[in-house]
Amino acid sequence: MKILIKGGLVIDPANNLNEIMDIFIEGGRICRVAKNINHQADEVINAAGKMVIPGIIDMHVHLREPGREDKETVASGTKAGLKGGVTSILAMPNTQPVMDKPASIKLLKEIIQKTSQSHVFICGAITRERMGKELTKISTLKKLGVVAISDDGASVDAARLMLAALKEAKRNKMVVISHCEDKSLSGNGVMNLGAISTRLGLRGISRESEYKRVGRDIALAKKANASIHIAHVSCQESVELIAEAKKRKVKVTAETCPHYFTFTEEALLDYNTNFKINPPLRGKEDLEAIKNALKDGTLDVIASDHAPHTESEKDVEFEKAEFGTIGLETLFAASATALVHSGLMDWPDLIKKFTLNPARILGLDKGTLSVGSDADIAIIEPCKEWVLKKEDIISRSKNCAFVGTKFKGWVEYTICAGNIAYYAK
Amino acid sequence: MHWTKKDLLGLEYLSKEEIELILETAASFKEVSRRSIKKVPALRGQTVVNLFYEPSTRTRVSFEVAAKRLSADVINISAQESSVRKGETLIDTGRNIQALKADIIVIRHSASGAANILARNVEISVINAGDGWHEHPTQALLDIFTLKEKFGHIQGLKVSIVGDIAHSRVARSNIWGLNKLGASVTVCAPKMLIPPGIEEMAVKVTYDIEEALKDADAVNVLRMQFERDEQKAFPSQIDYFKHFGITQERLEKAKKDIIVMHPGPINRGVEISSEVADSLNSVILEQVTNGIAVRMAVLYLVSQTKERKDEDTD
Repeated sequence: MKILIKGGLVIDPANNLNEIMDIFIEGGRICRVAKNINHQADEVINAAGKMVIPGIIDMHVHLREPGREDKETVASGTKAGLKGGVTSILAMPNTQPVMDKPASIKLLKEIIQKTSQSHVFICGAITRERMGKELTKISTLKKLGVVAISDDGASVDAARLMLAALKEAKRNKMVVISHCEDKSLSGNGVMNLGAISTRLGLRGISRESEYKRVGRDIALAKKANASIHIAHVSCQESVELIAEAKKRKVKVTAETCPHYFTFTEEALLDYNTNFKINPPLRGKEDLEAIKNALKDGTLDVIASDHAPHTESEKDVEFEKAEFGTIGLETLFAASATALVHSGLMDWPDLIKKFTLNPARILGLDKGTLSVGSDADIAIIEPCKEWVLKKEDIISRSKNCAFVGTKFKGWVEYTICAGNIAYYAK
Repeated sequence: MHWTKKDLLGLEYLSKEEIELILETAASFKEVSRRSIKKVPALRGQTVVNLFYEPSTRTRVSFEVAAKRLSADVINISAQESSVRKGETLIDTGRNIQALKADIIVIRHSASGAANILARNVEISVINAGDGWHEHPTQALLDIFTLKEKFGHIQGLKVSIVGDIAHSRVARSNIWGLNKLGASVTVCAPKMLIPPGIEEMAVKVTYDIEEALKDADAVNVLRMQFERDEQKAFPSQIDYFKHFGITQERLEKAKKDIIVMHPGPINRGVEISSEVADSLNSVILEQVTNGIAVRMAVLYLVSQTKERKDEDTD
């Protein structure tokens, strides 16, 4: 299929491109990026007044398949991603079975091959069953195509094991993605510890439970001279530790999620379980610190931490509800609203956090509009305003903190591997 | 003014005027319990369901007596013996009770926010009879009612709450209610039982019992729930009594007519000495009596919103 995208503002941070251009796509690849292309095409998209950006890479997604297909599947999750401009997903390993051994990886690869609507990359587990006791065979996982390792949802408590994982990952040229949480501190907390948890009578999760583990893992990465990526940063102290480590040239990168720069713990005042997230929504100072860290580059990536749960797991007493919000469909719009339309960042700065940066961290040949690369593209109406309604969610689960949120920025087309995979009618 | 809220979930959500309306209504209902025939027909033909997920005798009985004195039919469901054990969710249980055409659910639950979650999923009225560590509005209302009877006003009173503030819904509801009515509140406990950020609820914090008692017009003594000490973080009972127990000796240094309250059940010799519990300063049994009047008022007021709604739709 030949597609010609005409007259859009092409923003490709990898090539320092930020001007009105045409893009010609053929055979699933980007063939030309230039002004006034007039090739014959099967489909011509008029992108005047719109932005044309590399397809988004969401490096923190729980697709739930295999095992919890009632919450999400590879098919439904990738489709939801396409609606949000996401063409590449890193699937977290906390499935059933866990992505800790060749048989499980092969099973997931088969599901992806048969049902995926976009590109899905696999994150393997650091430890068997994510139990934090014994390392997986990291080199074997790598050979099967795993691009990173993480025990996401759990932290590796034993420092010696984490150090060994970092060394082994380095030998295999992979990044370790760390869910930083000291369970001995967070315990059975359900929201940020502080005045609001006191007011609501809910058990708190302290900031220390996150940032002390961030500090430990940075120290271990330095010792191993290995790359570490800190997942879902939620608090100011974590940001400060990461900034300081970057100054010391530790190979640390970090991500945050739109909910951490859109909401604070005050969103919980009515016990709405869609705001029950781990790490928890924090205070105003944390939200500001996260925004500033995105601007100054301390935080490299914005990912959704898309965490689907069924209604029956969320429509219960607050302390019983599962943690997490879905976010694939709102990743771009929420970020554009809070970070660009607020005047904090410009578009190339933002787009880098979804494209070039995650591609570099994971070593993917993705996230650019360079000639010859896979034609993964999102076409954006940058100023279109919309409100997320629950009935418009296409993910299999509807647990979304952003229901009712007003956004500015809308994905109109998503092109994946050279095909129009999504069009907002 | 008239009452407009479907539910009573907590004193946080009420205005000063709404709290005053409950207190005034309670005052008029108090007289009913002094009659030889202790019954008025205010809730005749209405069904009140006491849905109790936590064992509770005194609050349930108080609600039951209150509802019966209003001529309502009362059903008691305790979670231990209901379909909850078979895995039914809170919301499903609530909707089933609604389908039985009950009018009011009185809920007690160990999870903070349970009443809020139930209330937004049913159309019938929900009264919170205590949710986790969050709120216990009728307890605070009866405490405030008792104070008002004694002092004639709440504005300007100094009230100290002593005990396990961290895990106390009684403390939180009292803080909201007393602050809204213009009292000043001090909380006093060992440091580990003062929750973080409690100052932001506009209370003074002290770890010194004598300071808490010094200028207080009333002291509300919370029950020490040693059986709930998950992290084994509490002091021993003996240490607690030594440092925080309300004793005659300590009261002698306080205002002469200081009022001593306790939400019950009291642990004699743990948080309060027997001598104090039985003294003239103690209003603990009056609180129990006032609890009926306050709960009658709350049941009556929420039932009125339903009637008004019915009229509106006719």
